[in-house]
Amino acid sequence: MEKIATRGAYGEELVKLAEEYPELVVLDADLAGATMTKGFAKAYPGRFFDMGIAEADMMGFAAGLAACGKKPFANSFAMFTAGRAWEQVRNSIAYPHLNVKCVGSHGGLSVGEDGATHQCVEDLALMSAIPGMLVLNPCDGPEMRKAVRALLEYDGPAYMRLGRMAVESVTDEVAGYEFALGKAAMLRDGTDVTLAATGLMVQRAMAAAEILAAKGVSARVLDVHTIKPLDTEAILAAAKDTGCIVTSEEHSVMGGLGSAVAAFLSETCPVPVVRHGVNDEFGRSGKALEVLEAYGLTAEVMAEKALKAMELKKG
Amino acid sequence: MTLKELELTAAKGRLLGLEMVYRAASGHIGGSLSAMDILTELYFEVMKVDPAQPGDPGRDRFVMSKGHCTPGLYPVLALRGYFPVEELELFRSIKGHMSGHPDMVHVKGVDMSTGSLGQGLACAGGMALAGKLDGRDYRVYALMGDGEIEEGEIWEAAMAAAKYKLDNLCGIVDVNGLQIDGATADVMPSEPLDAKFAAFGWHVIKADGHNFESLRAAFAEAETVKGRPSVIIARTVKGKGVSFMENEAGWHGKAPNAEQYEAAHAELAAAVEKLEVE
Ligand SMILES: Cc1ncc(C[n+]2csc(CCOP(=O)(O)OP(=O)(O)O)c2C)c(N)n1
Ligand SMILES: [Mg+2]
Repeated sequence: MEKIATRGAYGEELVKLAEEYPELVVLDADLAGATMTKGFAKAYPGRFFDMGIAEADMMGFAAGLAACGKKPFANSFAMFTAGRAWEQVRNSIAYPHLNVKCVGSHGGLSVGEDGATHQCVEDLALMSAIPGMLVLNPCDGPEMRKAVRALLEYDGPAYMRLGRMAVESVTDEVAGYEFALGKAAMLRDGTDVTLAATGLMVQRAMAAAEILAAKGVSARVLDVHTIKPLDTEAILAAAKDTGCIVTSEEHSVMGGLGSAVAAFLSETCPVPVVRHGVNDEFGRSGKALEVLEAYGLTAEVMAEKALKAMELKKG
Repeated sequence: MTLKELELTAAKGRLLGLEMVYRAASGHIGGSLSAMDILTELYFEVMKVDPAQPGDPGRDRFVMSKGHCTPGLYPVLALRGYFPVEELELFRSIKGHMSGHPDMVHVKGVDMSTGSLGQGLACAGGMALAGKLDGRDYRVYALMGDGEIEEGEIWEAAMAAAKYKLDNLCGIVDVNGLQIDGATADVMPSEPLDAKFAAFGWHVIKADGHNFESLRAAFAEAETVKGRPSVIIARTVKGKGVSFMENEAGWHGKAPNAEQYEAAHAELAAAVEKLEVE
């Protein structure tokens, strides 16, 4: 089984697709070695622009490039792409609906040792709040590769989160898996509860489903790589078929997947929704896996949340 | 255009801008009046554009980085033929899309949506960079306010434009000496602007922002510069053309009342008339 960080797959795919998409240009803000755009920089120096530690300016340049027909991918850490440059993304990119792909690497707690200033658990919320923004959070290498191509085909503003930590591939193990923007992928079917997960919580959801199966609980696993627009069809079907949902994300429980699912279902098919994520807290330093564990972002905790959701369903 | 024709066009633009702000009962008149001659020189003489083809990939581009000055930009676009002058009547109105700040999606001729100060120079830089990548010879112009350049992103963009040798990029600073809270010299002293831009690797040109000969020469000089971006430091008068608005910070973003409007209108209309007979 392949084990690669989504940032690694992203960097490789950019290089792979460069010939096919001559309008692709890549910008970075002094983090090419970390966001993994360094491969592209080396292979296509004429189409790579290191804008220095100036994220706001990078977004403006990307907007101008897009206004002239380029397909810019602008890269930094999630904290700075979505945080520092939020207003540039909103006003110079999203408002004029320009074709810029804003990419935030090192999303979530799994940044690890760098600690809270670099562990962005608000990026999905920040970017989702902007009208017309497509928001992606692929879970593994194979899915990331498909997402990069899909973003190149998509004409409009988008945000995509990348992860720092190497993660196991799961989507390539699932028969019939297909990637489409805005469509959640069902990785496992079930009848008692749905685990709707995003990013590296998808792998944990698969493990949680195993834990639950051992207890006689049948869990559906949805890989929600597109946070916005939410795949309301898949969420509604899950609510109807399984009667309760656990959302799981390496992100604040506010403003991300959990909020989106709960808000949508409360208006369409009110079933119990239990949110699994970061509970209105900053992260802290530690090894990535230790930090995830410390914040309860594990398969075990997710399985407990599933049992709780099933309890709520009974009323 | 002759100098007289340019002056007449700008005078008409000033009158239209005043009417827009009065009708909407809001809008930014001071900086629009200070920028009017610069805008007129750009759209009627300097820029290679065809209003019938506002999306032509080979066209010169303009970014109104000081985006609040739509009562300056929109009249010039209308007079240049991008849309009928009557459309200005819907300025800031829910009935149309003549938004308070430039909107590239809905207003013909607008090359970049702006309004959040400090962002336009970077966007213009990206356009200039795209021109270099595509081997096109279009030029990109960005008009900044002298208060606006207090934003850090302007200087980030200034560094980047020099790094990428964007000699197809020309910035203009409308140095009217005022921002909202008062004189820029008091709010946040930014002089010496020429030395600052020069230190960032830009070719610096000084001009009188209300003299078409001076502006013409400045833009012509900028076009000859190779290997680095140019900036024109244009000295202007905020509120230019309306005696009681000139050099008054209070007229930054305020609409005149009926009496003030009559007086301002009379002054600007007299200027148009005088130029028309000449
Ligand atoms: C980022 C941002 N901060 C604040 C404002 C509010 N604002 C609008 S105009 C202005 C003053 C601009 O002064 P200057 O750049 O000198 O413009 P001019 O004098 O030419 O009108 C301010 C603070 C804004 N539009 N954008
Ligand atoms: Mg000013």
